[in-house]
Amino acid sequence: MKSAEKKLLLEVKHLKKYFQVGKNQILKAVDDVSLDIYKGETLGLVGESGCGKSTFGRTVIQLYEPTDGRIVYDGREINGSLPSAERHGFTRKMQMIFQDPYACLNPRMKVIDIVAEGIDAHGILKGEERTKKVLELLETVGLSEEHANRFPHEFSGGQRQRVGIARTLAVNPEFVICDEPISALDVSIQAQVINLLKELQEKRGLTYLFIAHDLSMVKHISDRIGVMYLGAMVELADSESLFEAPLHPYTQALLSAIPIPDPDVEKSRSRIMLEGSLPNPVNLKEGCRFASRCPYAEQLCKEKTPEMKEVRPGHFAACHKAM
Amino acid sequence: MSRLLEVNQLQVHIRTQHGIVQAVRGISFYLDEQETLAIVGESGSGKSISVKSIMGLLPKNGKIVGGSILLEGKDLSKYSERQMQTIRGSDISMIFQDPMTSLNPTMTIGKQIVEVLKEHRKDMTKTQMKDRALELISLVGISNPETRFDQYPHQLSGGMRQRVVIAVALACDPKILIADEPTTALDVTIQAQILDLMKDLQKKIKTSIIIITHNLGVVANIADRVAVMYGGQLVESADVRELFYQTEHPYTKGLLASIPKASHKGGELTAIHGTPPDLMDPPKGCPFAARCTKTMEVCRQYPPEDMLCGESHHARCWLLDERAKAFRE
Repeated sequence: MKSAEKKLLLEVKHLKKYFQVGKNQILKAVDDVSLDIYKGETLGLVGESGCGKSTFGRTVIQLYEPTDGRIVYDGREINGSLPSAERHGFTRKMQMIFQDPYACLNPRMKVIDIVAEGIDAHGILKGEERTKKVLELLETVGLSEEHANRFPHEFSGGQRQRVGIARTLAVNPEFVICDEPISALDVSIQAQVINLLKELQEKRGLTYLFIAHDLSMVKHISDRIGVMYLGAMVELADSESLFEAPLHPYTQALLSAIPIPDPDVEKSRSRIMLEGSLPNPVNLKEGCRFASRCPYAEQLCKEKTPEMKEVRPGHFAACHKAM
Repeated sequence: MSRLLEVNQLQVHIRTQHGIVQAVRGISFYLDEQETLAIVGESGSGKSISVKSIMGLLPKNGKIVGGSILLEGKDLSKYSERQMQTIRGSDISMIFQDPMTSLNPTMTIGKQIVEVLKEHRKDMTKTQMKDRALELISLVGISNPETRFDQYPHQLSGGMRQRVVIAVALACDPKILIADEPTTALDVTIQAQILDLMKDLQKKIKTSIIIITHNLGVVANIADRVAVMYGGQLVESADVRELFYQTEHPYTKGLLASIPKASHKGGELTAIHGTPPDLMDPPKGCPFAARCTKTMEVCRQYPPEDMLCGESHHARCWLLDERAKAFRE
C-alpha cells in the first residue's frame, strides 16, 4: 500500500481503560495507547497474556467504556454517549470475531439463526430473503446449505469458526476485530481460516485489527504490527521492519523466543532470555514498564516513562535507548 | 543407549454415549535412555490417550484392548491399579498442560513435593525429605527455596507454577518424564525458559522425555526423535532432522507447509483441506486418504503398511510402496 492511497479509518488517541480491582487498587489494562488504522489494511496486535491487547480491542468496539481517550471512526468520534440511532449504524460497520468457537455460539440455536443474529437485530432482511442471504454467507465461508439447520455441537472447531465469521459478515461490516481467531484451532485448520480471512479481505475490502500471540501467523497476515507490554504500546512498525530490525528490547526478546520449526536453525541460534516473568500490573509506578526485566535498563528508565517516538520513518518505539 | 520403553501395537477404545471411539489403533514406538521423543498430532489424533495408557491414567470409559507396553521388560498394560501406583511418580512421571490444575491450591509448594516422597521413598526421614524438596525447588530454577517452600500456588506466576510441577514430577528421579503440552498454556518468553529448563535437567539427571505437542517449533527445539500421529495411528516417525528435511508422509508434509514462512509472506498458506476422520467409524484404508493430495485408489481400500525409508525412519503411506513408483513421480 502506498502512502498516497492511505485513507484513515480508525483513530485511537490516548485510549485508557482502567479497572478497579480492589480498594485503592487500579489495574491499568490499557494505558495511553494511540493508534491509526488505515482502510483496507491489517494491523496486528501482539503481546503476552495480560498485556491488554484484548481489552484494547474490546474498548475500541465499545464492549468496555473507555476511562479516557478518543476513538474516531471514519471522521466521527464514537465514544461517550452517541444517540442510539447513530450507535446502531456504527455497530453495523464494526464487528468482532472471537477466540473460542465453542463459547461464542449459542448451543441452543440453529446455525441459520446464529448467522442471522445481526440481520435480525438490525432488521435488514426478513423471511425468504433472510434465508437466502444466510445460505449465501455459508457458501462464502466454505460451508454448505445442508449445514443451516444444524446445531453448533455438530461442528468441528474450524467449522464453528467459519460460522462465527459468517455471522460477522452478515451485516456487511467495514472493520473487523479478530481477537485470537485461530488460537483454539489445530495447525492444519489454522491455515484454512487465515486463507479465508485474507480472501474475504480482498473481495470485500475489509480492514482488520488482528489480535494474537502467535507471532509467525501475525507476521503472515499483517501489514503493520503493534507490540504491547503491560498495557502500553512499546513498538509499532510495518511487519517487515519489525521482524528484521526490532528496536525495543522487549520486541527483540519476544521475537527471539519464538521456536522456529527447523531443527538446524533452532539448535544453532542464540536466544535473549528474559529474567523472571511479568511484574504485577496493579498500581504500576512511574518509569518504563519493562525496566525490571530489561537487560539495558538504566536509572533514567526507572524514573521516566518513555514516550512513543518515530525512530525510523514509520517505525515507532517507546524506549529511551532506541535510536 | 539401551531401550527403556517399548510400545507394541497398542489399541485403546473409549466408550461413549454414541458408540465406541477407536482412539488409538495399533501404534508401536520405543524410547531409549536419555533421549527426547516428541509426539506430534492434532487434537483427537490419539496422542494424549496413548501416553495416558502408559501412565495407567485412562478415563473410566477407556480401555486397552490390544498390544503391550513394556517398561524395561515389564508389561504395564497388564498391571493392576495398585501396581501402577508404585510405577507412577517413581518410574514414570507426568506433567500436564495447565500448571494451575495440576497443583493443589490449598497445599504449600513444599508439602506437595514432600507428599510424593512420602509415597515412594519410605526410607527417608522428615528432614531428608525437606532437604530434598528444597534441593528440587532450586534445581528447577526458583530462587529463595526456603521462602517458596511455604508459599501457595496462587502466589506464583504461570511459569513458576510449571517449574513447581516439574519439581514434583522429578522428586523420585523418574526414568521417564512424560510432558503433555507443557508449554501450551504459557507465553512465548516463558515457554523458552521452560524448554531450556527441561533440556538442562535432562542433562543433569539423565531422564528420558516424551513430549506431546502440536507446535513444530517446540519439536525442532527439544526433540531427538519425532513420532507423528494422525487418526489414531502413527503415520511417520524419524530422527528430528530427517523428519524435517526428508519428510515422507503427505500429512507431515502438509503440517510443515501450513506454517507461515518468512520467504513467502502475504501469499496463500498451504492448508490441508477437510477435517480429520471420525474415529467412531474409522476409514478402512489410510486415515489421511480423504484429505491427501496424492490419493490413489488403493489408499481408500487398504490400510498402508509400516515402511522403512531410512535407518530409523518409518512411514505408513502407499506412495512408498514399490508398485506406486510410477504414480509418485
